[in-house]
Amino acid sequence: MLIELTVNGEARVATVNGAESLLNVLRNELRLPGSKNACEQGECGSCSVVLDGELVCSCLVMAADCDGADVVTVEGLADDEWLHPVQAALVEAGGVQCGFCTPGFVVAAAHLLEHNPAPSREEIEEALSGNICRCTGYGAILRALESLTGGAS
Amino acid sequence: MTVPTRVKVRGGVGESVARPDGIPKVVGAFAYASDLWAEGMLWGATLRSPHARARITRLDTAPALALDGVWAVLTQDDVPGAPTFGQLQRDQPVLCDGEVRYWGEPIVVVAADDLDTARRAVAAIDIAYEPLDPQIDPEEADGRDDVFRRMRIRRGDAAATGEIVVEGYYETASQDQAPLGTEAGLAIPDGHGGVDLWATSQWVHVDHEQIHPCLGLDPGEVRCHPAGIGGAFGAREDISLHIHLCLLALRTGRPVKMVYDRAESFVGHVKRHAARMWYRHEADPGGNLVKVEARVVLDGGAYAHTSEAVLANAAYFAVGPYRCDNVVVDAVAARTNNPPCGAMRGFGAVQVCFAYEAQMDLLAARLGIDSLELRRRNVLAPGDPMPTTGQRIEGALPIREVIDALEEIPLPAEIAGNDPRLLPGGTGLTTPPDRVRRGVGYAVGFKNLAFSEGFDDYAEARIVLTPTGVEVHTAAIEVGQGLVTVCQQIARSVLGIEQVTLVADDTSEIGSAGSTSASRQTQMTGGAVHQAAVELRRRLLVQYDGDDLDDDGVWRRGEMVVSLADVCASGKVEQHVRFRHPETHPTDENGQGDPHAGFAVAAHRAVVDVDPDLGLVRVVRVDTAQDVGRILNPTAARGQVEGGILQGVGLAVLEGLVLDQGRILNASFTDYLLATTLDAPDVEMRFIEQPDHWGPFGAKGIGEPPTISSTPAVVAAIRDAIGCHLYRVPVLPQDIVGL
Repeated sequence: MLIELTVNGEARVATVNGAESLLNVLRNELRLPGSKNACEQGECGSCSVVLDGELVCSCLVMAADCDGADVVTVEGLADDEWLHPVQAALVEAGGVQCGFCTPGFVVAAAHLLEHNPAPSREEIEEALSGNICRCTGYGAILRALESLTGGAS
Repeated sequence: MTVPTRVKVRGGVGESVARPDGIPKVVGAFAYASDLWAEGMLWGATLRSPHARARITRLDTAPALALDGVWAVLTQDDVPGAPTFGQLQRDQPVLCDGEVRYWGEPIVVVAADDLDTARRAVAAIDIAYEPLDPQIDPEEADGRDDVFRRMRIRRGDAAATGEIVVEGYYETASQDQAPLGTEAGLAIPDGHGGVDLWATSQWVHVDHEQIHPCLGLDPGEVRCHPAGIGGAFGAREDISLHIHLCLLALRTGRPVKMVYDRAESFVGHVKRHAARMWYRHEADPGGNLVKVEARVVLDGGAYAHTSEAVLANAAYFAVGPYRCDNVVVDAVAARTNNPPCGAMRGFGAVQVCFAYEAQMDLLAARLGIDSLELRRRNVLAPGDPMPTTGQRIEGALPIREVIDALEEIPLPAEIAGNDPRLLPGGTGLTTPPDRVRRGVGYAVGFKNLAFSEGFDDYAEARIVLTPTGVEVHTAAIEVGQGLVTVCQQIARSVLGIEQVTLVADDTSEIGSAGSTSASRQTQMTGGAVHQAAVELRRRLLVQYDGDDLDDDGVWRRGEMVVSLADVCASGKVEQHVRFRHPETHPTDENGQGDPHAGFAVAAHRAVVDVDPDLGLVRVVRVDTAQDVGRILNPTAARGQVEGGILQGVGLAVLEGLVLDQGRILNASFTDYLLATTLDAPDVEMRFIEQPDHWGPFGAKGIGEPPTISSTPAVVAAIRDAIGCHLYRVPVLPQDIVGL
């Protein structure tokens, strides 16, 4: 079937086969490979996108259900000139190593700050607990976010 | 005379320089192997064994080949060259040879128009098995002499005795590296019978050595290219989909891409060896070690991979960083029908550290002395002989300083109080705060740096001068650890030139950089870059009679003699280096000799809160002090230490493969537990900077020590909290409540 959706502010059309996930359509059909396929069962958050305002694992969303939806991926957060503050903070704090989890963390953290501009350390940890990072031990990622929320570094 | 004011080069050694791939990674633009794409490419998929051991009684690929959109269905009969591969022993069939020897062993590979079709083709293959009893017990395999390697170490007097004796048995589970990026790659036929491969790797040259013979091609006909890697930790050190991709691309004449899903990744790469260890420590009443005896059995799984090198580490580091004149070690890596094992961060040093540090705590308790004091009485120092091999320790080895620095880090306040988020078990609200018990534990870990036992370990790098700076060419693999940044920093500091670009060469363009493993690339490829930069700078200064060099050109007494552009206009200027570390040697029949090029040590202190009724653990913090030689990039170093510690914490309380008759029962991120933000301890660290005898600017590799002693420190802290004996990792709730 054909679905029409808005991705990062652009109207897009995609052909969807059967039970295909939104993640697959984003990566393979719409050629937006920023969202990552690390576990494909909703455990690691590497495929996080914002779907109609909600943070979701795009690997768990059926693309067929996304007709008319508004989707924001990691590719939609920076503009031509400036990084999103979360992106800049992660680079600065050393929150990126292999970077495979990074798109998911960027999307989840940006979504958190949009709804709670001054989260406590515990709130940040809770909000990001659905994103797995195997490289950093999370320290630098948490320091990056605390640098944006006025927390201690 | 006018002397222009020129600032010292920026972005050099010692600064927390941001990584050049940082921005591409945060905006989602960095191309990982799984993101590669080529016009007209096919997708590959693999039929894998559902048995740990079985004979194939029927195999018919025709139904798969008959499907629309399927272009190739290949079995072992379609491998044109050598039928087997392997890094140290070529014992693994490219595709099953008629008997499957582990659960998930590849049997058939297919290429089709898309992934769905490829998977349908795999399902359509007509195959039947006669299941055989899998050999799953490494001790039984040892008894049958079905082993990859034995290590025998005899030093001093095996009959020596001490008044105080402690004995223990210990186990560590097999750990999955669980890099977030799964195995992935793209192979493209070159149109002349050869092939180019971009795939997840830690060492493209050793992949290349194994790939081209299986394809029946000359070395020059196969090119392995570095590709974007989503983490490694040892999982990429051995071949996974590499040969399969090349076979499919050559057969179809089209680009072929393959990406393992997570379940396939669990069976598709080698893991950390499960270990069984028996220890006997004897000491005098003053706490000085008199004799250490150890027996170590590693389960190597079905094929050799790097088991023999992992075993060597387990044997050579079986005593830890302690003086002891009488040592007996017997170690074996056994062949079973369990998942094949190989490299993972710490590489054999992890397993034995869990055992010998538990033994040191037992000994301290028996003697009634502080556990750190016991360690201080026994620590090795430069010039001492290694307890196992007798090798005299060269270079820096500040073990005592590491322990002292760790102890000076303040302990945290008492148990957090009533916030359920800070209690064991979290917001389940099942733990009453007054039942929580706190424990503190210490451990010290020790490992070699770079390759050992006479292996010809080298790294090549080439620095090419450009009109605006330099290019550094290397085939060394950046897996996320920060090698690219560190090489830029080294080149800048030596040359005085700020504009440094790393160029990732393929196997046809430059010689090997060796593996991104064994904590070796900062020293090895970093060493090659350092040496090339020193020589290039010297040449330019001599040629133009200069006294300084920067991005503008060569200078003499404050005036520019020649610009980089003019230097380049007169011909290509480059410096190529093959860098080697100090020579190492194989040991003799008693394990005696000089097998190692260098060492590093770290110590960890874990603080845990335990719910003794439910067996739940919260790792509150893990502090550390580490011997680093010299820190080249503080932010990157901190990231290595924090990340390495969390993998060690994982092995302590979360991570372990669950096997049943060779099958992995927890091959998913739902069932194989990885630490999240809520599980991660706070970490405070101290770096002990004593420059080593080799390595750029005195730097040591820093990637592995954080993972080695963090595991035993956490377990020691749990023992301290609840006072019970814990002999295996991961420590599960049932171990704590005593079920």
